[in-house]
Amino acid sequence: MCNVCGCGSGETRIESEAGRPGPVYRWAPVRRRRASTSPVEAGPPPPVATGEGSLHFGHGPAGAHAPGMSQAQMVKIEQDILARNDGFADDNRRWLAERGVLALNLVSSPGSGKTSLLVRTIAALQALPQPVPVSVVEGDQQTSFDAERIRATGAPALQINTGKGCHLDASMVGRALDRLAPPEGSVLLIENVGNLVCPAAFDLGEAAKVVVLSVTEGEDKPLKYPDMFAAASLMLINKTDLLPHLSFDMSKAVEFALRVNPRLQVIPLSATTGEGFEVWLDWLLARRKAARIARAERLAGLCEAVDDSAAAGVEG
Amino acid sequence: MHEMSLAEGIRQIVEDAGRRQGFRKVKTVVLEIGQLAAVEPDSLRFCLDLVLQGSIAEGAILQIDSLPGRAWCARCAETVPVAALYDACPRCGAYQLQVSAGTEMRVKELEIE
Repeated sequence: MCNVCGCGSGETRIESEAGRPGPVYRWAPVRRRRASTSPVEAGPPPPVATGEGSLHFGHGPAGAHAPGMSQAQMVKIEQDILARNDGFADDNRRWLAERGVLALNLVSSPGSGKTSLLVRTIAALQALPQPVPVSVVEGDQQTSFDAERIRATGAPALQINTGKGCHLDASMVGRALDRLAPPEGSVLLIENVGNLVCPAAFDLGEAAKVVVLSVTEGEDKPLKYPDMFAAASLMLINKTDLLPHLSFDMSKAVEFALRVNPRLQVIPLSATTGEGFEVWLDWLLARRKAARIARAERLAGLCEAVDDSAAAGVEG
Repeated sequence: MHEMSLAEGIRQIVEDAGRRQGFRKVKTVVLEIGQLAAVEPDSLRFCLDLVLQGSIAEGAILQIDSLPGRAWCARCAETVPVAALYDACPRCGAYQLQVSAGTEMRVKELEIE
């Protein structure tokens, strides 16, 4: 288990689609899969043969490593550690683009009001003259409480329990897409595990990360957890209805967030009173329109290519 | 953060390379971790100790090379060094910075037997 945030793996579960019984997926770590064939792992971890002199902390790529001293040889790898996740994320992004689905990855610390925000957002999208279909992927370490709250709105929701895991990864979301099958032109809202740290590094294939900061958390969060605010495209400052009771400095919060990410967009709102929701819905609908236009253009391009090849066939 | 997942990613890369290139023992794993990357080297080291057990890199020496953070300052129209995501430009003091290097997390090379 990670000694920083308690993350681990091997306990991920995806519940059955929309409450119906179905198979339960489990992810097993590489190490655990091999446990039966590796007696070493049964006992406590043996010390790793690393001397202090052979370790390098922050000395740049010209570290004093000297290959060729023994019969050993160096093999160039040059591969991103997250390449596997990024590959799954690319697959998800392609899948979503083909269907013109707008996927947003909502990230925040626990208790910022993400689920309440989703519930109100879904209700507003359903109440439009032309209702927008929404589906939701809920990520939590345990329980399906959040998915149940979403389903109460009538929107399909799939709960992913990450067990000890501290973030959703692209492979989990890929499986969720298979089960949820969001319709063409719809909106997919992914509520990540409440954690301002780990989800920042894991691309899920979403169009944008939306970070939710609530006014009860303090305005210095963007500086304390900069990775998340750097990765996000939009910051929602939630629970603005509580502002009269707090000493939260809105302009400071925005200033700190823009320090970390000068291109971050900011919308203050309240999921309780609905204040600021029009701006948020406008933002969301504009992104959805862009996703649908991109799909239409892609299809038009494909049709043109088919026409061209057909014409070439006739001429030939 | 999430260092366990990263460690498992590293094990996968190492095992895949071994299968592809036909080596069975890794003596040293060389990583490149940017100064601005979302990873704590000490924590990654701890997780790798556990995750690499039973793999072809069990007991391997772990070398982590740190890469410096750099950002493009819109005001100076120049690339400047930065140590954290919330740093100001060391030249002009503005925060209009676009990070251009230092977020890398890579397996650079392996020393094999």
